Amino acid sequence: MRDVAIIAFAQLPAVRRDTEREEVELVQPVVTAALAQAGLDRRDVGFTISGSCDYLLGRPFSFVAALDAVAPWPPIAESHVEMDGAWALYEAWARLQCGDVDTALIYAYGKSSLGELPDVLVQQLDPYYLAPLGADAISLAALQARALLDSGRADERRLAAVAARSRRAAAANPCAQRRSRREVDELLAEPYLVAPLRKHDCPPISDGACAVVLAAGDVARRLVPRPAWIRGIDHRIEPHQLGHRDLTRSPSTAEAAARAGAGPDAAPFDLVELHAPFSHQELILRDALGLPTDDGTADGIDDGDGGDGPAINPSGGALAANPMMVAGLTRLGEAAARLMAGDGRRALAHATSGPCLQQNLVCVLETDGGAP
Amino acid sequence: MSDDAPDAAATAAPVTMVPSHVRLTYTVTAGRHLSSYLRALADRRIVGGRCPVCTKVYLPARGACPTCGVPADQPVEVADRGTVTTFCVIRIPFEAAPFPPPYVAVAILLDGADMPIFHLVRGIAPEEARMGMRVQARWVADDQLGPTLASIRWFELSGEPDAAYETYANHL
Repeated sequence: MRDVAIIAFAQLPAVRRDTEREEVELVQPVVTAALAQAGLDRRDVGFTISGSCDYLLGRPFSFVAALDAVAPWPPIAESHVEMDGAWALYEAWARLQCGDVDTALIYAYGKSSLGELPDVLVQQLDPYYLAPLGADAISLAALQARALLDSGRADERRLAAVAARSRRAAAANPCAQRRSRREVDELLAEPYLVAPLRKHDCPPISDGACAVVLAAGDVARRLVPRPAWIRGIDHRIEPHQLGHRDLTRSPSTAEAAARAGAGPDAAPFDLVELHAPFSHQELILRDALGLPTDDGTADGIDDGDGGDGPAINPSGGALAANPMMVAGLTRLGEAAARLMAGDGRRALAHATSGPCLQQNLVCVLETDGGAP
Repeated sequence: MSDDAPDAAATAAPVTMVPSHVRLTYTVTAGRHLSSYLRALADRRIVGGRCPVCTKVYLPARGACPTCGVPADQPVEVADRGTVTTFCVIRIPFEAAPFPPPYVAVAILLDGADMPIFHLVRGIAPEEARMGMRVQARWVADDQLGPTLASIRWFELSGEPDAAYETYANHL
């Protein structure tokens, strides 16, 4: 395998509704900022790929309009996934393994605010049995949360603790959207949105964009002082039909982690970025990844409050900002940016797609000297 | 099930269709660049954006120049007359057609712009349509102006001689 690293990450502050900018106006600034960090010109990029979704924007081939931001004329080598940008990064990583190009630009954008997001997300369900029910994303997540609570492996206080920790972390993240600090008891006093989920257990609706630059081997070393090397990356998927899954477990995350080098025997991580749009999903993911959900502190939720585990979601995670198609790539970018800044040497980053954690991607990142 | 009982699945009529109606509603954002173009139309002006790198004038202004990757946002007012770079004659009626066919749709390179816009030409027989025709905008009345290209009803021949091919060859 060829050594490939994340060498730059840029994002827009997520907002509830961006009425000023259309898609290319979201993408152009993050692409420009990421390339500037990497010290590259648009013409230097070997491979370009984006992640976005026409259903969010309500028009076909919407990614073509955003392409102007990467200066596609004269023609460039370019691809697109109708998925979160984390999967675009996976394709770029695979593309760099071919060995003929050394750099790749990945960007993702999502204006979740243009349509009625819960209705839009119904369209990702199978068209015969689930979509006609109008089963929206929050209701499906609530079914999953109920199953988890009934399993006895979590209670509503643990969910609120995840949300409270997310908000504390997000207060220090200028790109997060939900940044007001709230304590667990305060959150638990709120009414249910869709029981057993309260508003704080659910992600905000967000508009946003981000961009990542990958570089291989010596090119990465030449461009930046501390590349965040991708030591392993894998993604796995579970059945489309929700009834065929145990919603309280995430075997696809466990499998992807094992293949990415983050299995049960893996060396410890300094920080972890999990793409858990709903609070209970963080607990399911931590279970699948072997990350203790009890770090010895009172709330059992690690937040750098004296526990032994890695810092979980120091960015605030998807509960703090959830631009669709962007939030997964943001987890990889956030983890890499912290390693590149010297805040740790080894990180795990995760992205999810589909209802109730259907598809999961796990990436292990290290800076030089990071392997114990 | 006994051996001689008919298999219900084998004898029932196949399900060949499941009606599944989908209706999604969106509120689309025009964006800063397109908005500048639309607002000018409400003011009876045509405003594009110049790329600060390659100096091309895009109509409308664009969030990024596809050659340079930077916003093409330096405001440039262009003329409401220009040269037809290509055309077609619509002969098929359809519900949203603005006129009974036949009528002529054209790409017009407005004087001062580097990108043509698309519009309609009235006042000529379809067989007279040709590349290089010089045309002039026919605006709606003041009280009908709005942030839309419909502020220009159509284009008409300006009376100038046809433009030489070389003057628009790089803008096709």
